[in-house]
Amino acid sequence: MKLRDMAHSRAGDKGNTSCVSLIAYHARDYPLLVDQVTADRVKVWFGSIVGGAVLRYEVPGLSALNFVLHDALGGGVTRSLAVDRHGKSLSSLLLDMEIDVGAAPSSEIASP
Amino acid sequence: MTHGDLDYLIFECLAERTIALAHQQKQRDAGAGYDAMLTYRMSRVLAAMRGRRVRIVSNMGAANPVGAARHIIQLAREAGLRRLRVAAVTGDDVLPRLSRFLEMRTLETGEPLNRIAGRILSANAYTGGRRITEALANGSDIVITGRTADPALTLGPIMHEFGRSYDDWDFIGKATAAGHLLECGSQVMGGYFADPGYKEVPDLWNIGFPIAQIDEQGTTRLEKLATAGGQLTCATVKEQLLYEIQDPASYLTPDGIADFSKVTVHDPGDGTIVVANAGGRPKTGSLKVSVGYQDGYVGEGEISYGGAGALSRARLAAETVRRRFVATGLSLDEVRFDFIGYNSLFGGRTGVVEGEIDACQEPGEIRLRVAGRAETEAAASAIGREVEALYTNGPAAGGGARSYVQPMLAITSILVPEDEVVEEITYLDLGDPVQ
Repeated sequence: MKLRDMAHSRAGDKGNTSCVSLIAYHARDYPLLVDQVTADRVKVWFGSIVGGAVLRYEVPGLSALNFVLHDALGGGVTRSLAVDRHGKSLSSLLLDMEIDVGAAPSSEIASP
Repeated sequence: MTHGDLDYLIFECLAERTIALAHQQKQRDAGAGYDAMLTYRMSRVLAAMRGRRVRIVSNMGAANPVGAARHIIQLAREAGLRRLRVAAVTGDDVLPRLSRFLEMRTLETGEPLNRIAGRILSANAYTGGRRITEALANGSDIVITGRTADPALTLGPIMHEFGRSYDDWDFIGKATAAGHLLECGSQVMGGYFADPGYKEVPDLWNIGFPIAQIDEQGTTRLEKLATAGGQLTCATVKEQLLYEIQDPASYLTPDGIADFSKVTVHDPGDGTIVVANAGGRPKTGSLKVSVGYQDGYVGEGEISYGGAGALSRARLAAETVRRRFVATGLSLDEVRFDFIGYNSLFGGRTGVVEGEIDACQEPGEIRLRVAGRAETEAAASAIGREVEALYTNGPAAGGGARSYVQPMLAITSILVPEDEVVEEITYLDLGDPVQ
């Protein structure tokens, strides 16, 4: 299942860093997101778009994750040559990621 | 203003580069440098202010808050108001004193600001809400600022209304949550949210702007006009709450470090959404300064191909232009080839253009875009020229060629101790000033 079926997302920017949220539509799906949408997996999924580290912040009260993607905006919003300088469409890329809904979330929260 | 029973109306109008551009305008015309839409917006709301106690706070002052204030007084006179106090908050412009900061390292690259000293165009500190609070306490009806931090436009009035002090970190965090939710146009009201089939939002053409009620405890209740389009739900609020804040427990502002990690978002079932439990910690004591500087020129050229073989022809065009750059010895700091409709947003990730093309996946039309950065305008212009030359010298049936050149105005940032930024308030009065 693609993340788009289970969560929504919005991307923002600051300098050369993209910040992308991932919010579960239903609180019951949050443990699955925490388990499977790790910072490492997001970094792999985004590939060469992200040049630096990916950090993940957990916000259980909102059933949400916040991903901070460093070196992801072509040298910075005000210097980038990209069509989408601000990386606003990156939320759509995140929602295109596949996760395995058959897998039960592990009892320990995966570390970012 | 007529239906929302407002105490304050906030116009938050600055993006990262806006103030650098506004500063350039002021260089050409000393009376200019405030938001180009100021007249449009203010002339409409000033008439509605008659007979109502609604105050306005805005950063539309941009590079010239005093000029903006003068212009508003003039508009108020024309709107038939008899009495109005407009406060202009200045001091965010630290360009005159930039020599003190040239050794500082930029947040983006860690290099000293000195490196770009000769190309600097503007320098503005993100200031907090304190002067807004002061201006309101001194009877201002309208407060116009420069580069105030966005949430401070809301924090200032809230602190004034509840008489709180600027070391009440927890309350500042709560007020910052309100300010953050009100930022970015209609985003909290279903703007930038719709995804047909997944997230439906009615009447985007008539979307409403958010209204927030804040109480003594710092709890925010968001509401929407019944007649407006858009949508206010826990989901729209969550998206805006988390927007651009990075670490939710540490959202840095000039007035404090807000903590949104324990925030609750609740739908009480009456059309409003209640946001509570934000917190805060002491401010860092440093202010971010955005420094605008010229960084060469950007040149772009685009051309479209359609039908069978569109991508193949676009790839041929790209390769042709690439070889033309080499053959003509064109010196570019950076160049980029995008296939809009195919890989221009996420292509870096898939590397599809370099790999095999799957005939079943071929798009019906493709727009090739070539973009590059050069030190001179002449070099940047060559990019668009080479793409336009494809009209006669490139692959078959290319259409809609366009070219663009513009100077690149980049922004870098440094942190300065807050004592280095001295804000001032200038009061302008129409009619008798309020004591």
